[in-house]
Amino acid sequence: MIVLEVKNISKRFGNTEVLKDVGFTLEKGEVIAIIGSSGSGKTTLLRCLNFLETPNSGQIIVNGKILFDASSHKLLSENDIRKLRLHFGLVFQSFNLFPQYTALGNVKLAGELLAKERGDYNNNHKAILKVIDENASDLLRQVGLSDKMQLYPHQLSGGQQQRVAIARALALSPDVLCFDEPTSALDPELTGEVLKVIRSLADRNTTMVIVTHEMQFARDVADKVVFMDDGFVVESGTPEEVFGQPKQERTIRFLERYSNL
Amino acid sequence: MFQSVLASLNEGFLRTLEIFGLTLLGAFPLGLVIVFGSTSQLRPLRYVVKFIVWVVRGTPLMLQLLIIYYGPGLILGNNWWGSSSSGRFTAAIIAFVINYACYFSEIYRGGIEGVPKGQSEAGQVLGMTKRQIFSRVILLQVIKRIVPPMGNEIITLVKDTSLARVIAVYEIIWSGQTFIKSTGIIWPLFFTGVYYLLFSGILTILLGRLEKKLNFFRV
Ligand SMILES: Nc1ncnc2c1ncn2[C@@H]1O[C@H](COP(=O)(O)OP(=O)(O)OP(=O)(O)O)[C@@H](O)[C@H]1O
Ligand SMILES: [Mg+2]
Repeated sequence: MIVLEVKNISKRFGNTEVLKDVGFTLEKGEVIAIIGSSGSGKTTLLRCLNFLETPNSGQIIVNGKILFDASSHKLLSENDIRKLRLHFGLVFQSFNLFPQYTALGNVKLAGELLAKERGDYNNNHKAILKVIDENASDLLRQVGLSDKMQLYPHQLSGGQQQRVAIARALALSPDVLCFDEPTSALDPELTGEVLKVIRSLADRNTTMVIVTHEMQFARDVADKVVFMDDGFVVESGTPEEVFGQPKQERTIRFLERYSNL
Repeated sequence: MFQSVLASLNEGFLRTLEIFGLTLLGAFPLGLVIVFGSTSQLRPLRYVVKFIVWVVRGTPLMLQLLIIYYGPGLILGNNWWGSSSSGRFTAAIIAFVINYACYFSEIYRGGIEGVPKGQSEAGQVLGMTKRQIFSRVILLQVIKRIVPPMGNEIITLVKDTSLARVIAVYEIIWSGQTFIKSTGIIWPLFFTGVYYLLFSGILTILLGRLEKKLNFFRV
């Protein structure tokens, strides 16, 4: 079953075209790894999926429903966009945890605020909040932080902070979880613990889009690999195809830089 | 003698406190209004507001007091503020509020711009509304950032209140000085320093406590 279809996405900033006719599909439980050199548009693509940027053309379809269509001139309200965002989760390179909340508070905050919009919140808020709290604790346990729940972000290592950020993104059960170079801001000795968590999510069939420079990881975990260059999808396929027998000149040159690793 | 000096200084100090309190009361919100102007998307508005802030921050408060007190009279040809002390006091408060609001607006701006963009983006991605992002994520981080520079300005204001003297507002220095003319003793003037020290000391302690309260997280 296809969860995500990205069709012909283009994005311009002023006169520079950063994404050019980008498209891919993602089945339920699949992991897609997006690789490519700096400035190729990977972050911009994830930002489009999360409605932090608005594509100039193209469609975003989730579970068969057209969430976004640049050609329809229906103006999306702030509130519409907010709802659409809930189909996606995003884990940032720089974690972006809320510093004034504990690890647990970070994971719970958005869920608690959304719960207030429910019709039965006033009558039932104790039970609702309890479910949110238990769910958040479970998620922190899953990412290996059961003993750090009450700590504030500045009391955690980078790897721990990123694991909290992953739990926070999972708390709203998005259809697709996106990662933007989740280990790039970490010391090398801390990348392993974060990659391990992402791997365990893949094992549990979490649908994910992962932008990464960790080629070995992409090869191991991804079901599909997309190589982007200069805003184009240059090549895509299974990890064996893209890493094993790249067809495009640009892919070969890009991968050569990692071949000695 | 000491008793009567104290009574007179206390009276002056009450005025000092009034200037201090009213200035803060006016400048906190007016600073917010100014920061909306100086960060506005409307270019003309932004330029006008930034120009005003530049003028106010670039000239002495003493000059501003004189212009606000004497300026309207010079232009309109009559004594705008009246001849009572309450007119002078009002003029002084207006000058102080405008001056401090401009300084505060710059502190607010620094505090708001200092919060990384990723904070509000993280909130957006989690389906939070703009209002929720501001009140639940951004606000406390801004407060934490602005408390130390605001504290400095507030302590400066304690001492700046004495400038109101140039338009004959009877604050504490004025009270101290009258003893030189009336009885020829100078120590009451010097003694006003004790008031300032005590007052700024108490404020320093309170501000320190506030900073400590906000120390449970780091930005
Ligand atoms: N808000 C913006 N305004 C103008 N140009 C932008 C903006 N955001 C990104 N760009 C440009 O778009 C291009 C693609 O940027 P993007 O961040 O998507 O690349 P990336 O593939 O994520 O690179 P990296 O590997 O360095 O993270 C770059 O040339 C960048 O300068
Ligand atoms: Mg990037």
